[in-house]
Amino acid sequence: MRIQRIEPKKQELEKEDVDLSLIDPVIDKFKGRKGILIPLLQNIQNVYGYIPPQSFKYVAGKTDLRLADMYGVATFYTQFRLKPVGKYIIKVCHGTACHVQGAKAITEALADSLKIKDGETTEDKLFTLESVACLGCCSLAPVMMINDDTHGSLTGKSATKIIRNLKLQEKN
Amino acid sequence: MGKTQVIVGLGSCGIAAGANKTYEKIESLKKSENLNFELKKTSCIGMCYNEPLVEIIDDDGHYLYGNIDEDKALEIIEKHVVDQEPRKDYVVRSDLFETMDDVFFDDQVKIALRNCGYIDPESLKDAEAQGAYDAMNKIASENLEQDKVIKTVLDSGLRGRGGGGFPTGKKWMCAKNSDSKEKYIICNADEGDPGAFMDRSLLEGDPHAVLEGMLIGGYAVGANQGVIYCRAEYPLAIKRLNIAIDQAREKGYLGENACGIDGFNFDIYVKEGAGAFVCGEETALMASVEGERGMPRKRPPFPAAKGLWGKPTNINNVETWANVPWIIRNGADKYAQYGTENSKGTKVFALTGKIKHGGLVEVPMGMTIHDVIFKLGGGIQDDKEFKAVQLGGPSGGCIPAYMSETIVDYDSVQATGAIMGSGGMVVMDETTCMVDIARFFLDFTEKESCGKCTFCRIGTKRMLEILTNITKGKGQEGDIEKLEELAHQVKENSLCGLGQTAPNPVLTTIKYFRDEYEAHIRDKKCPAKVCTELLTYEVDPENCTGCTVCAKNCPVDAISGERKEVHYIDQDICTHCGVCYSKCNFDAIKLL
Repeated sequence: MRIQRIEPKKQELEKEDVDLSLIDPVIDKFKGRKGILIPLLQNIQNVYGYIPPQSFKYVAGKTDLRLADMYGVATFYTQFRLKPVGKYIIKVCHGTACHVQGAKAITEALADSLKIKDGETTEDKLFTLESVACLGCCSLAPVMMINDDTHGSLTGKSATKIIRNLKLQEKN
Repeated sequence: MGKTQVIVGLGSCGIAAGANKTYEKIESLKKSENLNFELKKTSCIGMCYNEPLVEIIDDDGHYLYGNIDEDKALEIIEKHVVDQEPRKDYVVRSDLFETMDDVFFDDQVKIALRNCGYIDPESLKDAEAQGAYDAMNKIASENLEQDKVIKTVLDSGLRGRGGGGFPTGKKWMCAKNSDSKEKYIICNADEGDPGAFMDRSLLEGDPHAVLEGMLIGGYAVGANQGVIYCRAEYPLAIKRLNIAIDQAREKGYLGENACGIDGFNFDIYVKEGAGAFVCGEETALMASVEGERGMPRKRPPFPAAKGLWGKPTNINNVETWANVPWIIRNGADKYAQYGTENSKGTKVFALTGKIKHGGLVEVPMGMTIHDVIFKLGGGIQDDKEFKAVQLGGPSGGCIPAYMSETIVDYDSVQATGAIMGSGGMVVMDETTCMVDIARFFLDFTEKESCGKCTFCRIGTKRMLEILTNITKGKGQEGDIEKLEELAHQVKENSLCGLGQTAPNPVLTTIKYFRDEYEAHIRDKKCPAKVCTELLTYEVDPENCTGCTVCAKNCPVDAISGERKEVHYIDQDICTHCGVCYSKCNFDAIKLL
C-alpha cells in the first residue's frame, strides 16, 4: 500500500528553520476555491522542493482546509515529499521495459557511487536518488531523469559518468 | 524552388536520445554559416530506435535521417543542404527510394497518430493544415445533431482505448441521456502502465487532435467543461497541451459559442496528477480532480449518471479522443473497414523490451502478435530466442511465444488471460525470468494499491511475499497452489480494476510457464539466470587475468587469489550477490 509513514524524526524537522511566509501568495491564490488541495500542495512543494511538515498547520490556520485531509493527500501521492531533497533529483525508471533491460543495475551503480541508498539524499544535499514507475521513454530503456532532463540507453558506467560530470560542474 | 526544410523530432524520447543537442547544433550552423533553410520542430514519429531523427524536405522529396548526433548533423547539413548530395546511407525513410526500415511503416495505418511526427505540435497553423478542427467545422456547418454525432461514433465501432474496451458511442449516449445542466468531459491522460507511452506521444505530438475529440464529445453529450487529467511525469505533454488550449481559445474553438456553434460553451483545462497509478481508474481519477485521495468508489452510480462533482461525466482515454475527429471527418464506415468483427479500427502499441525496433506503431486490429513483433519490430535483439510478450501492463499477462499467432483484438487477447490494456507490448527473450516478471508486477500493484479493499491491500502483499521467497530460493511445495488461490480471491473481492486484474501477471505466468516456477521451487534454479540468489558464481580460469577486482569488491571476502593468478570463489561464504559478476572486466565470472 502506498501510504508513507511520517518519519520518527518529525520533531527534528519541525525545528528546521523554514520561512513560511514564502507560501502566502500560494495560499492567497487558492483560498476558498473547491478541489484545490492537490495543486496547493504542488505549489508549496515548488517553493521548498518538499512540503515542510510545519506548513500543514500554517495552511490550516489560514484556510478552512483540515489538517487530516492535507496529511491524507500528501501521504497518498508519490509526488509529495515530506523531507528535504537534493539539488538534483535522480529518478531511475523501474518500468517494465527498464526492468527487463536492467534498471536494477543502474540504481545499484548510482547508490554505490553516491554512497546513499534508494530514496536518500547525499550529505552535501546535491543528489537525491529515487526509483520511479514508468517515465514513458521505454524504447530507450533503461532510463533516468535528473530534474527535467531524461537520459536514455544507460549502463551502470554511463549513469555514474553523468553524475560525476554534474559533481564537477558544481565544483567549478 | 521551395525552401528546404530541416525538421528535428523533439518528443520526450527524442530529447532523451539527445535531439536537443542536434537541434542546437543545426541552429548554430544555420546562423554561423548563414544558411538558407527553414528549421522546424516536430514530435515523435514512433521510430524511437532511430532517435534522434532529422527530416530534410527539399524539391526532390523527403529524407528522414536516423541516429543523428551532433557530428552527423554537421555532416548531413553540409552534404545535403549545402552540396545538395543526400547522405543516403543515413536515411531511414524516404519517398524516393526503399530503405531497410520501410518494414517498420509498411503495415501501419495511422489514424490516431496521423499527425505525430509530421507537424509542429506547438503550431495551430500546422495542425489546421492537416485538418484539425475540420470535424468540428463540419458539425457546425452541417448542423449535425447530437444524436447524429453519437450514432456516427457508435457505428464506427470505436471501443475505449484505455484498456476497458467499452463502446465509446454507448458511453456517450448514457451521458447525453443524463438530465443535468452541468456535465463534464474528462480526458484520462494518467498513463500509468509501465511500458506504455502512446498517450504521452499523442499529447506531445498532436495535442489539437485530443482537444478536438473532447470538443466533439462535449457537443454530443451536452457538456460545458472539459478536464484533461495528465500525469505530472509528462511535463512536455502538459506544456504543449496548455499552448494548444491557449491557441484554441484565441481562435474561438474553445470558449463561448465554441467553434461558432450558438449556445455551445465549452472550455478545457489541464489538471496535473500527483503520482498514483490507481488514478487511472475513472472514479479514483475524479476523486483526485476533486482534490481528494484517489480512491475508487462503488459503481453504480456510473460516472455517466453521477461523476465529477456529482454531475454526469463522460470519461475517455487520450487515444480514444484522438480517433474521434478522424471518424467524424471520414465517416463511420471508413473507420470500420479496419479491424475485426468486434474490434474496429486501429490500435497503437508501444513496442519495447528486447526488440530490435522499439517504438510506437499503429496497426489495424486483427494483425497477429507475431507480425507486430517480427515484421514491424524487426525481431528480437541480438537474435536471441523469443520467449513471451507482456500485454496490458500490470493488469495484463504474458503470452508465450507459441501463441504468437494470436491476433490483436479485445476478445482474442482476453482469451489468453492477458488484456489489450492501453497497448504496452513488452517483448521478452530467453534471458527474462517469468517468475521475476510476475514478482515485478506484483511489487508494483502492491505499492500502488490504494488500500481500500482488504483483499487487494493484504492479498497482493502476501502474494508478493510468496513470489519473493520463490525468487530467493526459499520457495516451498504448495506455493503455486497458494498463489492461485489468493489470486482468485483478490480478483473476486476487489472494488476496482486495479485489484480485479492485479493477479493476471501471476496467473498467466503460472499457466504458461509453470515449469519455471517449479525449477525455482524444487531445483532452486533460475533457468533464465536472472534471480541472483539462485545462481552459482565460478571463476573461468581461461578468462581470469588475476586483476583482483572481484576479490577487492566482494562484500563477504569469499574470493581469494594472488595478483596475476586465477582467483577462486568459496561457495560456503558466497552470498550470491553478483557483485563480482558485474565488476569483472574480462567475462571471467561464470553463472551456473
